[in-house]
Amino acid sequence: MKKLKNSHRAPNYNLIWGCVITSIMVLMIVVSFFWTPFNPDAMSYAEKDLAPGGAHLLGTDNFGRDIFSRVMEGAGTTLSIAFCAVAIGASFGTVIGGLTGYFGGAWDEFIMRINDAVTAFPSILLALVIVTITGSGRTNIIFILGILFIPSFARVVRGEFAKQRQMDYVKNAKLMGVKPGRIMFVHILPNIAPVLLSAVAIGFNNAVLAEASMSYLGVGVSQTEAVSLGRMLLDSQAYWMTSPWQALSAGCAISILILGFALISEGLGTRPMWRPTTKRRRKQHA
Amino acid sequence: MSEPVLEVKNLNAYYYGNGVLGKKLKKQVLYDINFEVQEGEVLGLVGESGCGKSTLAKTILGLHADYDGEIIHHTNRPQMVFQDPKGSLNPAKTVGWIVEEPLRAYGKYSPEERRKRVIDMLERVGLSAKYAERKPRELSGGQRQRVGIAVALIQRPKFIIADEPVSALDVTIQAQILELLLELRRDLDLSYLFISHDLNVIRQISDRVMVMNEGRIIEQDTTEEIFTSPKTEYAKTLIDASLL
Ligand SMILES: Nc1ncnc2c1ncn2[C@@H]1O[C@H](COP(=O)(O)OP(=O)(O)OP(=O)(O)O)[C@@H](O)[C@H]1O
Ligand SMILES: [Mg+2]
Repeated sequence: MKKLKNSHRAPNYNLIWGCVITSIMVLMIVVSFFWTPFNPDAMSYAEKDLAPGGAHLLGTDNFGRDIFSRVMEGAGTTLSIAFCAVAIGASFGTVIGGLTGYFGGAWDEFIMRINDAVTAFPSILLALVIVTITGSGRTNIIFILGILFIPSFARVVRGEFAKQRQMDYVKNAKLMGVKPGRIMFVHILPNIAPVLLSAVAIGFNNAVLAEASMSYLGVGVSQTEAVSLGRMLLDSQAYWMTSPWQALSAGCAISILILGFALISEGLGTRPMWRPTTKRRRKQHA
Repeated sequence: MSEPVLEVKNLNAYYYGNGVLGKKLKKQVLYDINFEVQEGEVLGLVGESGCGKSTLAKTILGLHADYDGEIIHHTNRPQMVFQDPKGSLNPAKTVGWIVEEPLRAYGKYSPEERRKRVIDMLERVGLSAKYAERKPRELSGGQRQRVGIAVALIQRPKFIIADEPVSALDVTIQAQILELLLELRRDLDLSYLFISHDLNVIRQISDRVMVMNEGRIIEQDTTEEIFTSPKTEYAKTLIDASLL
């Protein structure tokens, strides 16, 4: 019985590998809060531009700083910016999309027009325009990206809510006397969780890329604030000939982060989430 | 004559579709519906697919707002048993959670009391307590419909609209569910508006029958009368077809 079930349901490799890759990166970042092989900011003229290998796993940069330690810390900065931006975009987007999708009507039309207007421009372009007004820095880019992400989340969530509100379980909840707010966020939201999580994973990707691009263009995280992956790319480009491992390390870290999220998003998109795990099934048979 | 639990007077209902050039298209689905459901009776509603039965049910229960006419309820919290319990039970929640939700919405029971009522109700509809932990899709169609009935009944309604409650089920399971509905009616003094396109089911369960065609009630009488001497051609054809 169990064999039969598994045989026509291949494991969701996208989701599995996405989670593995992301977990490794997150683990590395968490470790960096407490420990890095070297102090990421400690300079040493004697150890300048060392090639990867030996004590310095990914080599050192033009100031003799350990690149691996800097990648660990930089990935943390990048990911925390992405996390905050996505948190802002997803939470506001969910509330706005939920309300407009569930209630529909004139407000829905109005807000979706604004949405269309905002999403007509690439968000990175808008971010660059806004950052020239507000100034750069970690907090600013979190808020700019967060706000720019709201429309895309609102769109996804709105569509799902509009679909779900037609379903009988929502009508049934109304008959039960459940209040609209609770119907939206307790009854409907769990049913759109896979779609929302998939959007969150894509959002992480966009945020990582946006941070990297903005910092690379010098309008993101400033040198005095923290190491970020985009910042590392900017700082290393002058040394491409003498120590290419600087740029390569930062670039690879960005790519790996994005690969993880892309696989998760892909995996969530192609499979329903609510199905029993084998563990649960076994418990029922017992 | 007993008291009515529901009166429907001159009811028309509409859907708004999208017409050409962004214009809203108004489509009338129900035309001048008049009837009453008496206390303790099972009023059958029969008609072809698409004639407006579900729309009537939803309009009566306030789930469809585009209508005119009068709908007067003489009972509190009328409930509905849905045609497809797969769709009417929240797929993301457990059976216990779903059945408990109406009690939470009223907020006057302690968690232990709610829990006890849920278990009692599940047992009342023929499910043991262990089903409370399961998700709706981990049940059979018949078990799911029992949960659907439990959700309606836990709110202690006196009047229930059952919209094709057995159409999605196997014949043997159909008989069990019909039996359960009749038993519950006896024990709990319920009245039903029972909707079906299956005349055999209607005949088994109803005291009176209404025949609907293209959004109109064209005939309404006791079950006996309708089945022995139908007045309209349409009802005759329906009955002849069901006897084949
Ligand atoms: N949401 C909707 N928007 C527009 N038209 C609808 C909608 N729901 C139903 N209709 C139309 O209204 C008419 C009546 O539908 P209804 O669901 O009430 O029929 P029914 O008698 O319950 O059919 P069935 O036996 O198949 O359940 C149909 O022509 C249908 O196409
Ligand atoms: Mg119907």
